[in-house]
Order: sequence, then C-alpha cells, then structure tokens
Amino acid sequence: MTAAVEIDHLTVQFGLFTAVKDVSLQIRQGEFFSFLGPSGCGKTTILRAISGFQEPTQGTIRIGGQDMNGIGPNQRPTALIFQNLALFPLMTVAENIGYGLRVRGVPKAERDRKVGELLNLIALSDQGNKKIEELSGGQKQRVAIARALAVEPKVLLLDEPLSALDLKLRQHMRNELRAIQRRVGITFIYITHDQGEALTMSDRIAVMNRGKIEQIGNGRDVYEHPQTSFVASFVGENNGFSGTITKVSGDQAEIETSVGRLTGLNKKSLAVGAKATLFVRPELMRFGAQGENNLAGSAADAAYEGMTTHLTMKAPDGSSVVATLTGAPAREFPSEGSAVSFAFSTSDAIILPA
Amino acid sequence: MLSSTGHPFIFLLPVLAFVIFWVMAKFEPKPVGVTKKSFFERNGTPVAIYLIVAVAFWALFMIVLPQLFMVEMSFRPKLPPVEMGGPKDLYTFENYHYFIYGSTTSSDAINWVHIKAFFLTILASLLVALFNFALCYPLAYYMAQAARPARVRFLLLLLIAPYWVNEILRAFAFRIIFSSGGLINKMLLGAGFVDQPIDFIGNDIALYAGLGYAYMLMMIFSLYNAIETLDHAQIEAARDLGAPWWHIHSFIVIPFAKPGIASGCTLVFMLSAGSLAAPLVLGGPRSLWFTPILYDRFFQAFNWPQGAAYAFILLLACVSFVLLVLRLGRLSLGEIAK
Repeated sequence: MTAAVEIDHLTVQFGLFTAVKDVSLQIRQGEFFSFLGPSGCGKTTILRAISGFQEPTQGTIRIGGQDMNGIGPNQRPTALIFQNLALFPLMTVAENIGYGLRVRGVPKAERDRKVGELLNLIALSDQGNKKIEELSGGQKQRVAIARALAVEPKVLLLDEPLSALDLKLRQHMRNELRAIQRRVGITFIYITHDQGEALTMSDRIAVMNRGKIEQIGNGRDVYEHPQTSFVASFVGENNGFSGTITKVSGDQAEIETSVGRLTGLNKKSLAVGAKATLFVRPELMRFGAQGENNLAGSAADAAYEGMTTHLTMKAPDGSSVVATLTGAPAREFPSEGSAVSFAFSTSDAIILPA
Repeated sequence: MLSSTGHPFIFLLPVLAFVIFWVMAKFEPKPVGVTKKSFFERNGTPVAIYLIVAVAFWALFMIVLPQLFMVEMSFRPKLPPVEMGGPKDLYTFENYHYFIYGSTTSSDAINWVHIKAFFLTILASLLVALFNFALCYPLAYYMAQAARPARVRFLLLLLIAPYWVNEILRAFAFRIIFSSGGLINKMLLGAGFVDQPIDFIGNDIALYAGLGYAYMLMMIFSLYNAIETLDHAQIEAARDLGAPWWHIHSFIVIPFAKPGIASGCTLVFMLSAGSLAAPLVLGGPRSLWFTPILYDRFFQAFNWPQGAAYAFILLLACVSFVLLVLRLGRLSLGEIAK
C-alpha cells in the first residue's frame, strides 16, 4: 500500500536560512501523525510544503503516490486547519463549511445535505445560520474542522489549532479530534509544540529540532526510548547529567558527572571517553531511599500540584534535580534547605550522546 | 431677513454651538460598569474649555455657517448692492427655476444645456470612480497582501511623489501629452497604429484620464487600508479549499474590503463631480462639465445667488447619490469612515 504522504529528501531554504534540512519520511494511510518540536524547528514549514503554500527548495512530496511538485494548494487533496482557524467572518457557519463545495460547483441541494451531515458530525446541527463571531472557541474549532472535511481531503493538516484554547477545552478537543479522525478515517497530520497533545493523540510522532527529524515513533517510543539528547529533554520532563563515559560493561555504562559517578543503560553503545548525558525521568527518581545510584543535596523547592508534587533538590555542584512524588510522600515533603537524598535504578537511566 | 434680523442670530449661534458641545461633553455617555473620568476630569477644565471652543468654532465657522449662507443666498434674487435688503429682496425659487427652465428670453422650454451637463457630470464622475477602482484594486491588493514591507514603502513613495506637483500643472502636462501633436499621438503615428492623430481632448479622453489620475491616491489609500486588515490566512484558507483566484477576490477580499471600496469610490466620485481644474484645462471645446458652468455663474454672469443654487444642486445630488449607493450596498456611513 502506498503511503498517504511521502516526503523524500525535503529541503526548504529561506535565503541563507535552512528551515528544513533533508527530511525524509512516510506517513501511512489513516494515521494520526504529529510533528512535535519547539517553535522555529521547521514543522510549520513542512506542513506548508505538504499543503502547497511553500515550494520545496529540494526534494519531493508525494500524496497518494502522486508527485505534488508544481501543483497549487487549491489543486491538492489536502485541507489545512490554520492556527487562527481563518474562518470567514462575513459568512455564516453553514456558508463557511460549504465554501469548498461552492467553489467546486456542487449544486445547492447536494451542498446543503453535505453541510447538514457535517454540522451533525461536529454536534452543531442547529447552529448553521449563526455568525462565526457568535460561536465559542471550541465551536469555532469544530467549524474549522468541518469546513476542511467538507472537501473530502485525503489528508487533513492541522497547524497547532488548539493553541488558542484554555487548558480544559484543549484537553476536551484532543479527545474530540481523535474521535473525529477515527470516524472519518483519513490521515491527520498535526503540528504542535505541546508534547502532551502529541502523546495523547498521535499514532506516531516525528520529533523535530532545527529543521531535522530527531526521532520518529509512537508516543511510548519517544517518551521511554529517546534516541537523542534533544528528544530526551524536549519530550516530557527529564533530569540530565552530562559527563564522560568511564566504564562500559554489557548494556550498561558508567559516566563521570559533576555530581559523581552514575550508571545507566548504554543504548547507543558509546565507548569509554565519549561525551554523554545520562537522563532519568523525575517520576523514576525515588525520594529518601538508597539504590544503585544515589544523589544527595538540599531541598530547594516543592511544587505541590495536588495529585503529585515536584520536589527540586539542589545538588552540591549547584544543579537542580527534580523528583515527582505521588501518594503519601507527595504530602510529606521536607522543609526548604534540609538535607535530602534521591536514588534511581540503573535500568531507569538512559545514556545518550551529548 | 438676515441683514436686519440676522445680527443677533449670528451672535447667538456661536454661543448656542458652545452650549451644545458643552452639554455633549458634560453628559458624555459612559459604558455601564466602567468608572471612567468625565471629559472635564480627563482633560482639565482649561483644556476642556479650549477643546469645546475650538471644535465649536471649527464646526460653525468653517463648515456650517458658510454652507448656510450659500443655501440662503441661493434663494435670493440677483440685485444691485443698493437694493439688497430692500423691498425687492424677497426669497424666491427663481435660481432653481432657471436651472430647469432656463432664462425667460431663451426659446427652449427646458434648460437642456445645463441639465445635460449636470447629468453627464454625475455619470462621468461615476465612471471615473469605477475606472479608478478597477485600476487601483490590483495595486492596492498587491501592496496590502503580497508585497514585502520595503517594496510597499517604495511603491507608496512612487505613488505620492507625483502629487507634489500641483493639480493645474499636472492637468497642463496631461494636455500636452494628449494633444494632437503630443507624445501619445506621436508614438501611435510613429508605430503606424493610426494614420492621423486621435483627438483625445475633443473626445474627453484626456479629461477622464486627468480626473482619474488626479484622485487616484484617494482610491489607493482607501483600498489599501481596507485590504491590509484582512488576515492573509483567510486568503490561504480559501485557496486551500480549492478556490481559484477570481473566486477569492469576489467572495473573500472584496466583501471584506467593501467599506474601503465604498469610501474610495465616494471620495473619487465627489471630488470628480466637484473638480474644476481638470475640466477647465483638459475639457475639449464641446465638453460639458457642470463645474465650469457653475464657475461661470459666479464669475462670468456675476450672479452669485444663481451660482449658489447650482452649487447646492450639485452638492445635494452627490450626497443623495452616495447615500443611495451606500443603502444599496448595505453599508452605514460609520463603516466607510473607519
């Protein structure tokens, strides 16, 4: 089966600046695929290249096996949901949704039927005659999705469409987007800098940094098995300890850092003497216990979040180490400045090239 | 009569205007629930009084009174100075009557010359406004949505610079370009497109070109301001949904820019209809433009009351026409003033 979208050695340059560097990947049919990265990493440029608003400097984009080079955005089987949604303010909800059909010359009766179906899909059946400005933020989102789905695209492209919503609504819309995607079954390509969004919604995630893909995988791969230091520190919270590898034994290695010698899994088979960083997730740090690796310092800050508490320890070298506590320990944290110790297992730590 | 009973009226009016503006400032409507300082508290009493006096003076002496005098004058007969205020100085419709029926000594029942000139002026001004819109829209769109900021600044400079030359000089330059031995005819003859010079001036082509050019900036700026506020993502969204370029312009950009289009067309229409320099300089021997006729009422016929009546007719016609068009386009005056 051909990939829904195939990006082949894509490079995009703006003058001297290279926004996207030699990116190749394949997005499967019916997949919810996310590009995750900090702002300026090139993810929006890739999206604009797929939708046709950005000419590639080099490389090819194929949609459904067809080379898209020289095909304008209005001729591509894609639909884009803009960051600010870009709904047409002078048109009603129904006119917005029907715009793509009107452009295609679909007869009015057929158009009305289709718009009715879509209004149903987004649970706004009785709001078709409303003005856009009369809708709430979440309703506008859904109208934008319906407007894009109306033209029956093979691929739906979403450019951080949830970023303007408040937290509760954002979480609600994540579920809704996922549900809509399952119902319509088309490929979704989602752009975000919010790793929570990427992890909860996506089948696969491409983590991007400085115009390059750092890692492609599902949420668990990216979170639990990061392949680069950037992925380890960008996706989720992480404690990083930089240093030099001093000993390698089996799949483990020892690294000399400013807080002492620590051991972790040597996933990248680094050799002795290599510069590396050891990563431990805060939730894998144990507070007040002894283990294979031990860290001592003074309590600096306790951020209480109800279900969890993020306890920050100041290590002797001045760096901060965070442990996420749940259950009883989360309610009995030490006072600021008192001596504390953290421990973690070697199998919970990952050593990656610096 | 103004001359006898008018003096107290004239002295009372400024006081009245001041009182009106003072009351407006005092009872300025405030948004509910917002504790906003009053006009006097915001500006301080001396500044507030100055502002009220200045605005009242401006509105009254620069705008309202001169127009009122013109309107009043248009209803008075033409009399030698000694008879003004005398028994013959009675309000009359004779100046308006003249516009429609002409002089009593004329053999025509209707004053066709003036009426024709009047309607031709309105029609031609409308065409100039539409032509200007067609000419300026692509450029305004390019500047507002497509061009880079540096390019926009350069284009604005190019647009503004020719207007440093005064209107009459520009009109004469057009006359030279369009004359039978002028640049355009020489080029056409030289290239062999025509065997004899085209009479641009006699056919009023020079006049329309001159009028269009004279008020182009009004159109450009109105359109540019309106189109510039359109979110570019809207255009991209329409394109992404499959719209061809003409559909985007007809159904996204132009509806959005409608207030700006109305404002630009109104300005160009009004200014063209009231333009004097271009018709005088560029009008051909057979040209019928209303403003030169109006000008002649004042300075050739020395009939100021009649000139005032003509000016008032033109003003009234233009304003009603513009209001009618706005009504048809479902626009309010407030919208086009944005």
